[in-house]
Amino acid sequence: MKPAPFAYERARSLDHAIELIGGAEDARVLAGGQSLIATLNMRLSRPQLIVDINRVSGLDRITLRDGYLEIGALVRYAQAERSAEIAAHAPLFAKALPFIGHPAIRNRGTIGGSIAFGDPAAELPACFVALDGEAVIAGPSGTRVVKADAFYKGLFETALTPRDVLTAIRLPAATGETRTGFAEFARRHGDYAMAGLAATARTSGKTPSDVRLVFFGVGTAPVRARAAEAALAAGDIEASVAALAKDLDPPDDVQATGAVKRRLAGVLLKRVAAGLMGNAS
Amino acid sequence: MSERFHDIVLTVNGEEVRERVDARKTIVDFLREDLGLTGSHVGCEHGVCGACTVRVDGIIVRGCLMLAVQCDGARIETIEGVSDQGEIADLQSAFETRNALQCGYCTPGMLLTAQELLARGGLPSREEIRAHLSGNYCRCTGYHAIVDAVEAVAQARSGGRR
Amino acid sequence: MKITDDVPSGLSALDRPNSYIGRSVPRPNLARLTQGRGQYVSDVTLPRMAHVAFVRSPYAHARITAIDTASAKTAPGVLAVVTGAELSNVITPWVGVLTHLKGIKSAPQHAIAVERACWQGEAVCAVVARSRAEAEDGCELVNVTYQELPAVTDAETALDPGTPVIHPELGDNLTFERKHEAGDPDKGFADADAVVETTFVFGRHTGVTNEPRAIIADWNPGEARLTVYHGTQAPHMMQNLFAKHLGLEEHQVRVLTKDVGGSFGIKVHTYPDEMATVALAKLLKRPVKFVADRIESFVTDIHARDHRVKAKIGIKNDGVITAFEIDDLTGIGPYSVYPRTSGIEANQIVNLTGGPYTCPNYRARARVVFQNKNVMCQYRAVGHPIATAVTEGLVELAAARIGMDPLEIRRRNLIPDDSYPCAAPSGIKFEQLSHHESLAHLDAMMNYACLRAEQQRLRAQGIHRGIGFAAFIEVTNPSAAFYGVGGAKISAQDGVTMKLDAQGALICQTGVTEQGQGAEAVIAQVAASAFGVPIERVRVITGDTDNTPYGGGTWASRAAGIGGEAAWQAGKALRANVLACAASILQAKPESLDIRNGAVVDAATGTERLPLHELARIAYFRPDTLPPGFQAELMATRHYVPRAWPFAFTNGIQASYLEVDIDTGFVTLLKHWCVEDCGTIINPQLVDEQIRGGVVQGLGGALFEHCLYDDRGQMLNGNMADYLVPMAAEMPDIEVGHVVSPTADSELGAKGAGEAGTAGAPGAVMNAVNDALRPLGAQPITEMPLTPGVILRALGRV
Repeated sequence: MKPAPFAYERARSLDHAIELIGGAEDARVLAGGQSLIATLNMRLSRPQLIVDINRVSGLDRITLRDGYLEIGALVRYAQAERSAEIAAHAPLFAKALPFIGHPAIRNRGTIGGSIAFGDPAAELPACFVALDGEAVIAGPSGTRVVKADAFYKGLFETALTPRDVLTAIRLPAATGETRTGFAEFARRHGDYAMAGLAATARTSGKTPSDVRLVFFGVGTAPVRARAAEAALAAGDIEASVAALAKDLDPPDDVQATGAVKRRLAGVLLKRVAAGLMGNAS
Repeated sequence: MSERFHDIVLTVNGEEVRERVDARKTIVDFLREDLGLTGSHVGCEHGVCGACTVRVDGIIVRGCLMLAVQCDGARIETIEGVSDQGEIADLQSAFETRNALQCGYCTPGMLLTAQELLARGGLPSREEIRAHLSGNYCRCTGYHAIVDAVEAVAQARSGGRR
Repeated sequence: MKITDDVPSGLSALDRPNSYIGRSVPRPNLARLTQGRGQYVSDVTLPRMAHVAFVRSPYAHARITAIDTASAKTAPGVLAVVTGAELSNVITPWVGVLTHLKGIKSAPQHAIAVERACWQGEAVCAVVARSRAEAEDGCELVNVTYQELPAVTDAETALDPGTPVIHPELGDNLTFERKHEAGDPDKGFADADAVVETTFVFGRHTGVTNEPRAIIADWNPGEARLTVYHGTQAPHMMQNLFAKHLGLEEHQVRVLTKDVGGSFGIKVHTYPDEMATVALAKLLKRPVKFVADRIESFVTDIHARDHRVKAKIGIKNDGVITAFEIDDLTGIGPYSVYPRTSGIEANQIVNLTGGPYTCPNYRARARVVFQNKNVMCQYRAVGHPIATAVTEGLVELAAARIGMDPLEIRRRNLIPDDSYPCAAPSGIKFEQLSHHESLAHLDAMMNYACLRAEQQRLRAQGIHRGIGFAAFIEVTNPSAAFYGVGGAKISAQDGVTMKLDAQGALICQTGVTEQGQGAEAVIAQVAASAFGVPIERVRVITGDTDNTPYGGGTWASRAAGIGGEAAWQAGKALRANVLACAASILQAKPESLDIRNGAVVDAATGTERLPLHELARIAYFRPDTLPPGFQAELMATRHYVPRAWPFAFTNGIQASYLEVDIDTGFVTLLKHWCVEDCGTIINPQLVDEQIRGGVVQGLGGALFEHCLYDDRGQMLNGNMADYLVPMAAEMPDIEVGHVVSPTADSELGAKGAGEAGTAGAPGAVMNAVNDALRPLGAQPITEMPLTPGVILRALGRV
């Protein structure tokens, strides 16, 4: 499967990238390419122009600032796996990263690419929502920030317009009260999840507060299970699992029926919930 | 005016290469077709099987998921180059002695991927070896002999313990 | 962890000094593969070579009412755009039937569809261009007008009166039906204390060879010769077919096969797109290359194992099986594949069900029906995984019904090791099997009692582990009974030509082929042993119809048993020739001499008399010094075909130990064992590795692999992200044990080993899952793949 023909430009800077994208009728941004080039090979996507942002400097930093961990969009999964900052300040990401693909994929794939592509079965978009992060977006009219809860709109549809470039995400840095949990069920190591859960909470007393339960592989985008969150915040794991029936209505796909995914979601919540409530992190 | 065809300059197995490429050509197709380096193989063209694994600037990548034009200025190593340098002679020997390859199609990718794990040093467990190689499809061996070979080389490199 | 131990051959006919029989010698052709210097067909380029891509039908069934190729023809790089009608002037169609499958019928199939596309993915037009990318660009510009037709996509209703008949001239959608009865099954069921009846469903799946199908055809009009580089298992068969359908003589066709990136039966069949490529080369008078990409592989590589089997077993309380009965329905594609037919898989299931057991009462019916889905045909262990899973599934269900241990029920029913020769109720003939010895070996190897105790202990902690078994028989070394008797030009015999070169090296040419199993190594080991040289001095040439004896290639695990025997005989013959020459040089009696370690020696003392390179120098360059009337003949050819037995059956038994997560339905494979008996073992390590690879291929079908179709005949998961092949992290370590029952049909006594792993693995896993879930009151699972959803449903949890 060879791609349909396209033109190629290498962006020298962020401004140059935005200018190039704006100048074409149908342009796609090339970062890690681990999703994009597969779709090009299969001719599922046939843009006129590929704008390669891999040489734009300054987008691959991981910085702690003002209680936020800012992760540049070009940070590779492998770089993130090795990052002491991510381990310390975004442990949920650290838990999720080993589940993503395989070593060669992680060497090239980027955090920004994962967030921007928004595959409903991918790990990081769910983590991003669970952490109540922010997306830093550069576009023709300047920079804007979009909260994670408002970022995913539908199947492969995000707050990004075709003219935008995601430049970084910001995650509230973990504190002593932060609790996180991550689990997924995939048929094989590195596969997209049949169902997965990225969860965060704050604990300062007997019951958790600010519970965020974000499931993936169960819809067209990451799904926040708000009824389950409320039950868990009240300290009732059983009720939380039961409440998933209100929160989730997964469609069937080639790997599993909606019924199986719903069942798996319940098991994920049971396995993750204790960690969110207790003292261990 | 944006161009389909680009001149690229890159280093492949230590040799400087200058070619003009169609932007849509992947690096693995470029290596195979333009340079005749057919040791890197094409199995799926969507990044799943690992037969196309090559090294770009020292790290392993899926050759079917990178464009040749992206590799302008890069340092590429294929199985031929890595083999000729002698870097994986012990691993190749272990594969041959233990019949950790049958048809050989997955083998270049398997060797480069295994070498990335072994280069970290230490003694990975069989589970860790299997997890690291989980993105390299082999239809012939069933993986057992491959794990044996990688485990043996890890032990030998660590000082021949056990 | 350690390399397989050498097994001493212990067979007097083979007690050659410095014999390689039974030794785990590393394969000689591996260095080029680990260096990335293999030569696969997909690597080959020829001058002026063009590439073909195909426009493929998006519909499962459609009339092709118009094909507009005008804009495709003018696209950059495009050299030709050719329709099925145009190509039918160059290459004739074919029909996949054989006379020994009584009543089998199929319709003519063209290289490119002419009036009608009959499955989603069938080629309807070819675009030849300077590059594959440009050919694909051209394909997008071909405008095909289709009239969609109703598609037959359900095997269960394919024969209903209301279902459209795909080929009206055939009358119905029945490809083939076979019925068989032996003994008195009705009495058997009546006499039983319990009858277990169930339905097994096997998901259609496919080979997914790492290197896709690849072919380069080169027609030289000056020589009127066709050269085809083809990743085929059977070059002589393809030579015959290319010649036949292009109107050439066989000697005008040369088929070359070097390295093949996996085959497993996928590349032993005739594919229309490959035939089209050859026809295009003849039409365009330049080399044309076709490499199937992964997406088209999923809808064109043969599929296999799509079966629904209703099955019954009668059992007495003392554990004796009283009857087996099966009713097998399989839905293939719209054509029976050529030339081996798509009736063989079902035929094998009838032949093999119940095979390991003494029970004489057996009834079977198998029906093969056409559908508008991709074609189906022989894939590694043809029919065996299904027959074995059905048989072994029934046996363990019966054991559970009467409360008997699954190994004990087998002890009471497996054919005793001293019963041979004998025949099974299906008519298959056994020379010598070792079911009981194999079972005892397995029991010890896996420490069965210990595992049962561990299982029980862990159950109390809510951990659910299962142990499952599968005893199996395996068809190997086929005689002409398999295909030749049916009219197929598929050779059951094979040959090896050996010559001593001018430096004393041994050059062997053979008609069996290599796809990674080690056929070349096995031939080299046998040749070196029979003749008397170190293995480093042996070169084996395969995969070239111009330069090898006429043969059958490699399939049905025939390379070691048949090719090996030819090598053994040729080695003996050449040794005799060389010793005759040595005797004339040394003025000694030939019977007082031997060849050992590359030299002519005194047979009694081993003293070296004449190195082979010296003998060769004399024979080739100084024949003037030889006695008058003596002509040195340093070359010998021998052929071999099994005559005493239609097939050399092997046997074995496998066990799976696994854990089921009853919350999620996920299965973790903890360990797998296989004891197998393939007769004389030429290279123990290669046998072990064939078993392991075969087991994992079977595990794929048991747990992961399934070609999913919707009711419109669209394949839903034809890519490697959605079609799940086994990868390293989910596979267990596999321990292999051996029993040796040589065949007397050859001097070597070697049977085949390539498919046994795949035959038994699915049944063992299915039985293990049921063993794990039985105490929970779950419904026994008799469908594969055993996905989490299937298991959760059996547990009543979805």
